[in-house]
Amino acid sequence: MVDIQKRFGLVQALRNINLEVGTNEIVGLLGDNGAGKSTIVKILTGVYSASAGELYVADRQVNFRSYNVQTAHRYGIETVYQDKSLGDKQVLWRNFFVGREITNRFGFINVKKEREIANEIMVNTIGFRGEGITVDSTVSDLSGGERQGVAIGRAMHFDAQLIILDEPTVALSLKEVRKVLDFVHKIKDAGKACVYISHDLTDVYEIADRFVILDRGEVVASIAKTDVRMKDLGDFMLDYAHGRRGLSK
Amino acid sequence: MIRPIWATVRKIEGLPIAAVLATLYGVFMVTSPEVFTGHRIYMSFLQTVPPMLVLGLGLTFVITAGEIDLSFSAVVAFSGFVYAWTFLHSGSALLALVLALAAGAFVGFVNGILVAKIGVPSIMATLAAQFFWAGLTVLLAGGASWNIKGIEGSWIQTLFVGRLFGSVALPAQALWALGLTVVCWFLLNRHRFGEAVMFVGDNPNVARVMGINVERTKIKLFTLNGLLGGFAAVLLTTEMNTFWTTQGEGYLLPVMAAVFIGGTSIAGGKGLIVGTFFGAYIIGSLEAGVVATGIGGYWTQLVSGLVMGASVILNIVIGDGRLAAVASRVRHWSTTAEEN
Repeated sequence: MVDIQKRFGLVQALRNINLEVGTNEIVGLLGDNGAGKSTIVKILTGVYSASAGELYVADRQVNFRSYNVQTAHRYGIETVYQDKSLGDKQVLWRNFFVGREITNRFGFINVKKEREIANEIMVNTIGFRGEGITVDSTVSDLSGGERQGVAIGRAMHFDAQLIILDEPTVALSLKEVRKVLDFVHKIKDAGKACVYISHDLTDVYEIADRFVILDRGEVVASIAKTDVRMKDLGDFMLDYAHGRRGLSK
Repeated sequence: MIRPIWATVRKIEGLPIAAVLATLYGVFMVTSPEVFTGHRIYMSFLQTVPPMLVLGLGLTFVITAGEIDLSFSAVVAFSGFVYAWTFLHSGSALLALVLALAAGAFVGFVNGILVAKIGVPSIMATLAAQFFWAGLTVLLAGGASWNIKGIEGSWIQTLFVGRLFGSVALPAQALWALGLTVVCWFLLNRHRFGEAVMFVGDNPNVARVMGINVERTKIKLFTLNGLLGGFAAVLLTTEMNTFWTTQGEGYLLPVMAAVFIGGTSIAGGKGLIVGTFFGAYIIGSLEAGVVATGIGGYWTQLVSGLVMGASVILNIVIGDGRLAAVASRVRHWSTTAEEN
């Protein structure tokens, strides 16, 4: 992302955002509520288009006019949202393929094939075994951690190069958070890149290679994990939250 | 051992509501055997229910998407008007058919634009549409009803409402409605469009981030409902040889009842085409059945209410697996105390 800006009417949500994510790098995107984390995600994934600036995916510039969720998917960008990745009342096999169904040329879905692949993903990629969850389970029967597992598994199946996780652990119990973090480790192991958005430092610190900190629509710091301890990172963010700037080392 | 069988049984779409229909006919056979053991009453249902069923199929999609359409009864009047007017003025049944369907689709399309693009809540948009198109129909027809006797014996009458199999006299519209039920089942359950409808009804935000064009899906949805309304109007008007300005009025609540007792969720996200099929036959058979039992026409509404209530409860308990949920909740309540 180069000099990305986003306005909503008079509100400037993002100003001059420059953000780069390397291959197989996990970037922790941190910032208080309203800092612009979710807006960045929506621009990256084609839900919103930017007011100004340039977006490059794998060194190719993206034309915002034709960029939408489908093109983002084609470029290998997948997103896992806190709570809006899956349709609650729908069975899992539908959730894996919604928006890009395997169909014949009349648009009819090949249910058999979708179910087979869905089952494959669940057993091999996500590692659901003998937990009473099948491709015919509805999402509402799953725990919060399992849901995120399904969403992450889906992203990995579609050969995502960049997986964006938008606050995936909010409202989960500690045990469930653990599960989600294990899924994120799988992303790293699979050689893919990831942007992990959170305001919970402990999660991010464990998995991220680099931290990017946002404040009021601007990137205020980009720090490699090797250069910072968790406590310092926390203090740094608190300073911003209280309006006191500067790194307190 | 009972559990796996029970689980399989529960998966059969529309089973509870089919059981209600069977029970209903069973009761009617006992209370008025002279009527309900002959085939004529059933042939009469197969003539009167199809327009309602066709309307119900369209409404099932709309409700699955979490929206509502109150305008389809006006479509029945408006499309019926277009059909009768075109036939009387051009003499072409084909042109009349095409324009009637187009008129219905147009009304639906406008509804879709209002709801999806302008953001008017569908209950309001379609309520306004209901008054507008019904009002326009009355205005254009000058409040009169028109006899279209000329259609008798034409190919369109034979094709859509002819009587089949000689003395059995099976109304052709029953087969059309059945065929449409099959098509709609595949459209909802096996087509990309149906999946989009379900996700939009489940959670439009999820649908959007998964790349479904929510607005376009809604426009298609209302257009489809309008188109089916136009077809229902053709079936009804051709069967009756007459167009009258209030011909859709009796359909609004019964069709909604048919969809809901069929198990389609009012909250959106889940629609049962098979349920709507049996639901329409239940609603369509109640009045005649109750009257035939001899307890008197005054009882019809009361019995209808009872049957609807029972169907909906049955659907919740069996269809949604709510029974298992309730059972596990009770177990949970009774065990946590010991664990703590």
